Amino acid sequence: MSTTRLAVEVDKLSRRFGDFAAVQEVSFYIPEGEIFGLLGPNGAGKTTTIRMLCGLMKPSGGRATVLGMDVMRQAEGIKKRIGYMSQAFSLYDDLTVVGNLAFYAAVYSVPRRERQARLEELVQVTNLTGLEHRLVRHLSGAMRQRLALACALVHRPDMIFLDEPTAGVDPLARRAFWDLIYSMAGQGVSVLATTHYMDEAEYCNTVGMMYAGRMVAVASPAALRARLPGVLYQLDVRPIERAQEVLEGSPGVLDTSIHGALLHVVLAEAAVEGELQPRLEAAGLEVGRIESTEPSLEDVFISLVEDRERHPAASSILAPPVED
Amino acid sequence: MDRLWTIMRKEFEHIRRDPRTMALIVVLPALLLVLLGYGISGESSDISLVVADLSRSSASRELIQRFTAGRDFRFSYEVQSEDELLRLMDQDHGKAGILIPADFGRKLSTGESTAIQLYVNGSADPTLVQTTELKLSAIAQMAAQEVLVERVTLGGMSGGLSLPFETYVRMLYNPESDSKRYMIPGLIPIILQVQALMLTALAIVKEREHGTMEQLIVTPIKSWELMGGKILPYLLVSLVNTLILLVMGDLMFGVDITGSFWELFGLSAVFIVGSLGMGVLISNISQSQMQALYLTVFVVIIPAIILSGLMFPRDNMPAFSYWFSELMPVTHYLEITRGIMLKGVNARSLWPSIWPLVVLSVGYFVASVLAFRKRI
Ligand SMILES: Nc1ncnc2c1ncn2[C@@H]1O[C@H](COP(=O)(O)OP(=O)(O)OP(=O)(O)O)[C@@H](O)[C@H]1O
Ligand SMILES: [Mg+2]
Repeated sequence: MSTTRLAVEVDKLSRRFGDFAAVQEVSFYIPEGEIFGLLGPNGAGKTTTIRMLCGLMKPSGGRATVLGMDVMRQAEGIKKRIGYMSQAFSLYDDLTVVGNLAFYAAVYSVPRRERQARLEELVQVTNLTGLEHRLVRHLSGAMRQRLALACALVHRPDMIFLDEPTAGVDPLARRAFWDLIYSMAGQGVSVLATTHYMDEAEYCNTVGMMYAGRMVAVASPAALRARLPGVLYQLDVRPIERAQEVLEGSPGVLDTSIHGALLHVVLAEAAVEGELQPRLEAAGLEVGRIESTEPSLEDVFISLVEDRERHPAASSILAPPVED
Repeated sequence: MDRLWTIMRKEFEHIRRDPRTMALIVVLPALLLVLLGYGISGESSDISLVVADLSRSSASRELIQRFTAGRDFRFSYEVQSEDELLRLMDQDHGKAGILIPADFGRKLSTGESTAIQLYVNGSADPTLVQTTELKLSAIAQMAAQEVLVERVTLGGMSGGLSLPFETYVRMLYNPESDSKRYMIPGLIPIILQVQALMLTALAIVKEREHGTMEQLIVTPIKSWELMGGKILPYLLVSLVNTLILLVMGDLMFGVDITGSFWELFGLSAVFIVGSLGMGVLISNISQSQMQALYLTVFVVIIPAIILSGLMFPRDNMPAFSYWFSELMPVTHYLEITRGIMLKGVNARSLWPSIWPLVVLSVGYFVASVLAFRKRI
């Protein structure tokens, strides 16, 4: 990592609220121009981590730099060069699309003569053409999201922090949004995005999984999937809850979890697969198909979290950043 | 500077897009002045009068008639001694009383000087007390002057030009109650104070609640630019309020500005900056809206009403209350509005009130900027 420069470097960053540790000794780094995805359930500490990196909140321990600047001492310097899209909807809904853009352009001191061109460019890039003079309160969720991104990009930041940018947006619009983020990264902008959606992590160069204030894993999506022990099968079986009860803890079965209408089962080895159908049928269940599948990040995440709960002291799960 | 202007423009845009709220902001303070102005300084008639006529002469009867002839006083009780009169007033059976001494008729006819005693029930509604007092002494003075004129026309200047009888007004139960006639110039500062606090709450709390504050403080904007940009538009709004209140005070209550309008207006601007700063300071140091509400009501608004000198003179206050009231811009501004509006005093002689007002206003504005943390 001698040649790649780091956009973000986080070392044992912590934040407490009274006795409660919202973020505990989190470490990771983001090379310039890469997309880092921060995954985790509600309350994992994603927003708190982002706020500390943006200079909005003081860390209670640890160290972090953003674009080479220290978050404790150079917060205002950082603010000039980053864009931030907060988790809460944060546009002025009584202003128009260009009203919001022009406001942030002025607040970020975009030179006057460049402003007009910059606004037009952003409107076009974020696909808001034709909506320039519409009030934000009359925009759809996906349009607002794109406008919020445009506002965060107005001053051509070197790095953007996106806190759940696709929450509450339909899958198609989510795809379009990620394509946008992709093209930003293509232009050398570093990105840190949080999400609840495991499938979105597939867009990231590196994924950090947070749970209860801790980083439980940091690796590329592929490396994380490879980390899951055993082999994964998905079963179409009814009733699904009964099936989970039957298989959970039975010989050769490492883990079970329900994904929509399907039951995911992690087996110690592929040979165990042949025994699944007889076991289920013996319990009087109706078995459809059983097929081997690629583990999703969600599977990885669940297995990591369960491991952590089984051995709370174990630190072996805390992976060092994977380089490849 | 550019950013300050940007924030201001945005605030105006919010105002423009929400004309209904703006209408309330402009109209409500004016309505409040009408409501309180009439409520407190309303004309009163039929004030109950207790009479102790110990003289029982034709002169004394004529004098009493002067009080009861108009619609101001209603003859309620006739008593035979001061004790009885005081007892009735003590029980609130009379708002005003007259005691005419036994030798009144005789001394008046012989040209000797005599006196009548007037009583005002000071525990009544303050403005009623004030009007009662004014009316009682006005009628008594008029009567005395007429007797004097009669005497002079009848017997030449032999009796001298001194009034034939003197009137003493005794305030019962609330001897310090003066200052009541300053209601309108006193109400204007209080209304502006409340208005300023509400406006800043509107400007800052709304931004926080909509989550846009987080988005703003992650930009390189400076605290003073943000606070200044928030305060200045509402300074303009409050100045419009001030104008409306002054015009209404004149048109509806006949309280015109005896002194300089521009001095009053300029000092009003200083006061409003301080009040807005105070509101922003409260928003910035409060962790929740509830805290902000408590601080606003209990630390600013209620003391502004009770301790500013609006209702009670400040000289007799305990030291702590006195010093606390010195820290409120409204206390000094109230002196200024009364001075300029009622007495026509100029800025130079109001200096003892002006410099604390300026210091406090600048102080609260600076404090509001310093208390603003660009953090969550
Ligand atoms: N200002 C605060 N005061 C006290 N506790 C807080 C504060 N901010 C966050 N927390 C707590 O810290 C924990 C982590 O919160 P955080 O918002 O970082 O989680 P998150 O991963 O972003 O969750 P979500 O997916 O719901 O956005 C939560 O339990 C939250 O209640
Ligand atoms: Mg969050």
